[in-house]
Amino acid sequence: MSVAVRPIRVTVNGVAEERAVLPRTHLVDFLREDLGLTGSHLGCEHGVCGACTVRVDGEVVRGCLMLAVQADGCAVETVEGLTDGGTMRDLQDAFVERNALQCGFCTPGMLMAAAELLEQRPDSTRAEVREWISGNYCRCTGYHAIVDAICTVLDARREGRAKTASPSVVEHDDALHAESREPARQADLDALGG
Amino acid sequence: MKAPAFDYARPASLAEVFALMETHGDEARVLAGGQTLLATLNMRLSEPALLIDIGAVDALRGITVTNDTSPGTLRIGALVTHREIEESPLVARHAPLLAMAAPHIAHRAIRNRGTFGGSIAYGDPAAEWPVCLTALDGVVVTTSASGERRIPVADFFIDLYTTALRADELVAACEIPIATAGDAFAFDELARRHGDYAIVGLAVAARFAEGRVERIRLAFLGAGSTPVRAGGAEAALVGCVLDAPSIDRAVAQVKAELDPPGDLVNGDATKRHLASVLARRALESLASRSA
Repeated sequence: MSVAVRPIRVTVNGVAEERAVLPRTHLVDFLREDLGLTGSHLGCEHGVCGACTVRVDGEVVRGCLMLAVQADGCAVETVEGLTDGGTMRDLQDAFVERNALQCGFCTPGMLMAAAELLEQRPDSTRAEVREWISGNYCRCTGYHAIVDAICTVLDARREGRAKTASPSVVEHDDALHAESREPARQADLDALGG
Repeated sequence: MKAPAFDYARPASLAEVFALMETHGDEARVLAGGQTLLATLNMRLSEPALLIDIGAVDALRGITVTNDTSPGTLRIGALVTHREIEESPLVARHAPLLAMAAPHIAHRAIRNRGTFGGSIAYGDPAAEWPVCLTALDGVVVTTSASGERRIPVADFFIDLYTTALRADELVAACEIPIATAGDAFAFDELARRHGDYAIVGLAVAARFAEGRVERIRLAFLGAGSTPVRAGGAEAALVGCVLDAPSIDRAVAQVKAELDPPGDLVNGDATKRHLASVLARRALESLASRSA
């Protein structure tokens, strides 16, 4: 069938864009093909792998499960915008320091997901970090290094906040430091094994 | 893969939505959060000629409490996202079961887009919202050019992906009786990886009076072609104090009455066992809270 292109206005990484897109074009194809922003990757293309994670109006979304026409009037941020802005410099450094990537394909999506956690759930535990990134596949690292990197930044940012905060915040911080890798939920293992 | 070609409309009013639905009939699909529909389009499991995006219809938004009836009703608009439910103080206070279940739904990026109404309309028996609405004795409010209908949840989910929703109707909202002092809730599910489709899950809503169960709902996901209530276990618990013997009886009853279909990984006996494990955990957690 022949379908006409639709005009859209969208702000991408702070730059206002006016383009015409086919309704079937999803947001990540639009970013990659029309705007040349190839930082956001396309993996499974049905919402499972998380490589296409971008922000729309401040919230992370699956770029393959949103149409470009649906982004009309929205503000979109990609990994290019967040890394250029310097707001996740510490996160990028921690990924390098902890070897939290090998091939790098999942990394932009991991960074976008982790950045939202750091902003919105700054008191997350290691177990909560694992849950949060469960929607982003990595086929190289086995995840531990990625979780390490995110926890390193959570700790560092907490320490930064604690310098100006009350002693009770420091105690809370110590408790989190002392937490070991989360134990497997024994009851779940029993249930699955039984 | 890439979705096939389709046209797209984003009307701002229900009247325009109904007009488009009437004109295009089976050729059109309604798009809400799109977290299921767009995936099926990308996999070419569906080839509609037109997507009617209802995302601009403000009448379908919002979480509100009405006090027309006692103890009042929580109304959740169809376009309310999973994330809004996860973070809503109104939901946490008046329908805590939904706040417990929300973090289990997929992943943050999907919860930011996916909608309550979309999950109800799709009617996936492995999804969280249909079982929660079932446990809470909710009502599905539908809307069409010929007006609203209020469908009790027990009459809404008919079969696999099949609901009482007519082809000319949308889900407008769901209504849930608000929680009162004697109410207690539990939600849990078993999945290999957080956010994956659960192997089996359970939503429990109970009302206690003077330490005894006055009313209880045990609604399982992944246990059949619709949300499945363990009616025998529910009946066995009414009037009981939740203690070891009454919980043992209820768990045995769950095992006896559930007949969940096996999947590629877990056979039906495994799923039945896991359902009974969840039932025991949930009832024990309610017992410790009501003690």
